[in-house]
Amino acid sequence: MVSEHSDDPVGETAALALKILVAGGFGVGKTTLVGAVSEIRPLRTEELLSEAGQLVDDTDGVDQKVTTTVAMDFGRITIRSGLSLYLFGTPGQDRFWFLWDELSQGALGAVVLADTRRLEDCFPAVDYFEHRHIPFVVAVNCFAGSRTYGAQDVSRALDLDKGTPVVLCDARDRDSGKEVLIRLVEYAGRMHTARLLDSVG
Amino acid sequence: MNEELRGAPRELGSQWYDNEAGPLVRPYAMTGGRTKPGPTGVRFDLIALVTLDAGAPGVDDDTALGPEHRALIELCRPETQSVAELAAGADLPVGVVRVLLGDLLELGCVTVSRPVPPAQLPDERILREVIEGLRAL
Repeated sequence: MVSEHSDDPVGETAALALKILVAGGFGVGKTTLVGAVSEIRPLRTEELLSEAGQLVDDTDGVDQKVTTTVAMDFGRITIRSGLSLYLFGTPGQDRFWFLWDELSQGALGAVVLADTRRLEDCFPAVDYFEHRHIPFVVAVNCFAGSRTYGAQDVSRALDLDKGTPVVLCDARDRDSGKEVLIRLVEYAGRMHTARLLDSVG
Repeated sequence: MNEELRGAPRELGSQWYDNEAGPLVRPYAMTGGRTKPGPTGVRFDLIALVTLDAGAPGVDDDTALGPEHRALIELCRPETQSVAELAAGADLPVGVVRVLLGDLLELGCVTVSRPVPPAQLPDERILREVIEGLRAL
């Protein structure tokens, strides 16, 4: 007899991998956060850009340039056998945004890491995820010596959509990083449910 | 200075092939010049999961597969791997791994899971499981 799961495309036995992006400006602690929560040492993958790069790079006058290498750091958290979470640190430079498009395909959501000393560095990431309706939380990495701001202040300064969570964190701390991820998954779940209700309503 | 160099030709040679010069075998050589997987080619997501199939050759089997293909097979042998992990493990660019995986898929050596389409994000049950799993870490 067919089991009760026959209408479930993701059966209990099928392995499922979920993807979370970690974005933010250069040096804000993306790889540190990935490393703090990952069960494996952050791994590095490289993407060779050639034809893909031509779509966005202005190659006029630099025809000789053939390939660029862009590196992405990633980590993994195994929830249980057959269910794991992959965290990808997105490449910082704007010109690699087409890679974000690929990375964000099917992503559960994103963490935008912010540093209050240069908040503007995370504007592009906030814009990117807002425009694509990808659930994200802003995690303020509280660097030692930087003035502390409340979550409200950061939310206002970034002009975030109402409801977008802002979490203060320490990217080096495992528990702090876990809390950020939990807030994101909770928020992604709420966003997803709201969208489903919209579509039937 | 010159004499020293002449006295140590091997070291001189190794200097030419340092990391900065890039890999000795160029990526296009490993893929036979291809930049996309073969006719069945779907673009494998970074978190697409690769599982070894029964049809995969063993370590000592004589096959026409190249060293990079074999390296990928060996990486999958202990446990299912994501495309990103394979690229990091084999120290190959993701684009190259995608092409090689396309070959392995066509040869029936591996199964590659399709990533979750954006419209069907995991249901609440799985999200709850993820949250509980994270809390328990």
